[in-house]
Order: sequence, then structure tokens, then C-alpha cells
Amino acid sequence: MSNEWPLWEIFIRGQHGMSHRHVGSLHAADAEHAMKNARDVYTRRNEGVSIWVVEAEKITASSPSAKGPMYDPSRGKVYRHPTFYDIPDDVGKM
Amino acid sequence: MYAQMVKSEATKDDPEQLAAFQARVDADEKIEPKDWMPEGYRKTLIRQIGQHAHSEIVGQLPEGNWITRAPTLERKANLLAKVQDEAGHGLYLYCAAETLGVSRDELTEMLLNGQMKYSSIFNYPTLTWADMGAVGWLVDGAAIMNQVPLQRTSYGPYARAMVRVCKEESFHQRQGFHVMMAMANGTADQKRMAQDALNRFWFPALMMFGPSDKDSVHSSQSMAWKIKMNTNDELRQKFVDETVPQAEYLGLTIPDEKLTWNEDTKEYDFTEPNWDEFFDVISGNGPCNVDRINMRQKAWDDGAWVREAMIEHAEKKAARKLAAE
Repeated sequence: MSNEWPLWEIFIRGQHGMSHRHVGSLHAADAEHAMKNARDVYTRRNEGVSIWVVEAEKITASSPSAKGPMYDPSRGKVYRHPTFYDIPDDVGKM
Repeated sequence: MYAQMVKSEATKDDPEQLAAFQARVDADEKIEPKDWMPEGYRKTLIRQIGQHAHSEIVGQLPEGNWITRAPTLERKANLLAKVQDEAGHGLYLYCAAETLGVSRDELTEMLLNGQMKYSSIFNYPTLTWADMGAVGWLVDGAAIMNQVPLQRTSYGPYARAMVRVCKEESFHQRQGFHVMMAMANGTADQKRMAQDALNRFWFPALMMFGPSDKDSVHSSQSMAWKIKMNTNDELRQKFVDETVPQAEYLGLTIPDEKLTWNEDTKEYDFTEPNWDEFFDVISGNGPCNVDRINMRQKAWDDGAWVREAMIEHAEKKAARKLAAE
């Protein structure tokens, strides 16, 4: 069995000043090679102005089973949203 | 379709976990790689996405055949861009399959040793330039019909790959139709070639949706899991209903004497493809099966030294960098 090229995750920033966004993954021998492949695979239609490549195994991901303890606490904190606070119409736009 | 006759794998999981999983699917939650999933779901998806990926890659061959012989520089650039897209689509799909725990090399090996299939349509030859029109118009048209609903499939990485594919695919069908328009409005010989291409590709295109629902034994589990969104016959009917007016616009005749508009159903009645031919082609006996696999095998073998050299070079570079620090 051959020695497979490692997997890289590709992030691209589009034209309009947005953050880099994950677009997919690909195999490449090293970062420089990943960059070349990312250009060919993910920017054939002018999709981006900047590319990040990250080796997939360097990413630490949260575990799906930790969903409850991770995200439930913020669900009860509705006062973090502007709509929690009733402001009379008389005050005008706020 | 690009994934025809995908057998759903039996699943032997804990009933409670299965029910919880089904509830997530029913609620249109996306299933992600690290989530618990039934073994059958995982295996069926590997088979389906793998077959879909292989179809994109093998699908480059019948069109690649005409790149050097395109009639104008513009057509050549169009076709080259389309074939390059197909390579990209194959890569998106391989990556989606790999999230399920199969490696890229394993997928390739399974294609080459016949354990995994690709769409029957790519086992037909592309004999004239008009076939580039017919393939884009009909084959990509049929593929879009299947892929648009798959954007809503339950498996996240597959759905996301489909979104990218669909965004790019519509150019493929339009460039094919554009070629057909030029041929159909050209000289008598060109029109004859266009009609001939339609004649040869019509029934193979209908076969892409897979066997009739009454003979399609694997659909119900896959539909419950939302990895198949419509039945084969539904999609085939939709394809016929959309394509017939396009053929009329071109002034070409669909090669089916029984094709008639049904006022009651508001659909076209049409002749089913020859299913014996379909089963024969998918089991390896189509006109080009051997050529296609030989070409893939040759590319795999010829590329072996490049794959190895790239890794060697990367390791050498990394060691040199480390030594310099």
C-alpha cells in the first residue's frame, strides 16, 4: 500500500472582506503543494482573494457528545440578545 | 444516476440508537462525520458517494477524447474547463467519502478491481463532435436532476459537496446545449450528426436514473435515511418532461415513436429503456467498459512515481528546514 498524501483543510476569503471560510479539503504532499492544489480545486471561478491551508490532523475539533455541556448554558441566557429588553416605542429607534 | 443500483447495507444496531438517529434525520438535522450513525448508513453512503466520485472521474474520459479535436479554440477552452470541473467534482466527492472512514487509495483500488462501479453512461463511446453537445445537454442535464435534490441529503459533507457541484454544473449543460444549437442550425450534415448523437444518447441517458421503481429494491431504506431524495421513475419523468421541449426547440426528434403528451397526467408517456442492455453494461459488457478501466489503471500506475516522489521531496524539505533551525 502506498504512502498517501496527507489531508489538508482549505479556507478561502472571498472578495467582500469576509473572514476566511472553510470550503473543503484535499490531499497534498506539503503546504506549498496544498496551496497549488487549493488554487486549482477551489478558486476556478474567482471565488477568493486569499487561501489558508491547514493540515487536517493539526485541527482540534469539539466532540459531538459534548454538545450539551458546551452549548446548552448559553441557551438560558436570553438577556444577551437585544430583543430581551423592551424599550417603549416613544423612545424612538434604538 | 451517477450512483445507480446502490445496494443499501443491512444494519445491526441498537434499536434505541437507530430510532434516535432516524428522528434526527426526520427533523432534517445534518449528520456529521463524528456523529453516531448506523453501520448500514455509513457503508451505503461510502458506496454511493464513491460511485458518484468515480463517475465524475471516469466521466472525463469520453469528453477528454475530443479536447484536441474541438472545432474552434473557444469550444476547446469551454470543453477543457468542463472536464477540469469534473475532476474537481470527483475530488469534492472523494473527500466527502473519506470522512466516513475509507481512504482515497482504497476507493481507487475498489474502482480498479471492480468492487465499486461508476455510472453506466460513461461506457458509451463519443463518436463525433456532436456527442459533446449531447453529453453536456443530456448527461449533465440528467445529473443535475439528481444532484439538485441531493443538496438536501442528510449527510453534511455529501450535501455540501453537492452544493458546490450544482453551482458549477449548470454551465456544463448550457455549453452542451450551445454546441447542439450550432450543430442543429448548421449544414445538413451537421444537423444529421446532431440527430445521430441524440439517437445514440437518449436511452442511455434515461438509464442513468437506474431501474424502474418496481425493480428497484434498495430505494426505501435509502429514502428513509434521506440519502436518496426521489425515486428513479420520478426523476426520469421529470427529465423527459423538461428535455422534450428543448429537443423541439433544436428541431430534433426524440428517438421514441411512443413519446406522446398525456393530457390527463400532464406528463409525457415514453418508452422505457432496454433494461437488459442496462444490466449488461453495468456488469461490465458495455462498448467501452474495458477501455475506461484500462485508462484509469494506466493513469494510476503511471502516476505512482509522482505520488512517491512528492512525498519524498516534502520529507526532504522538512528535514532540511529542521536542520537549519
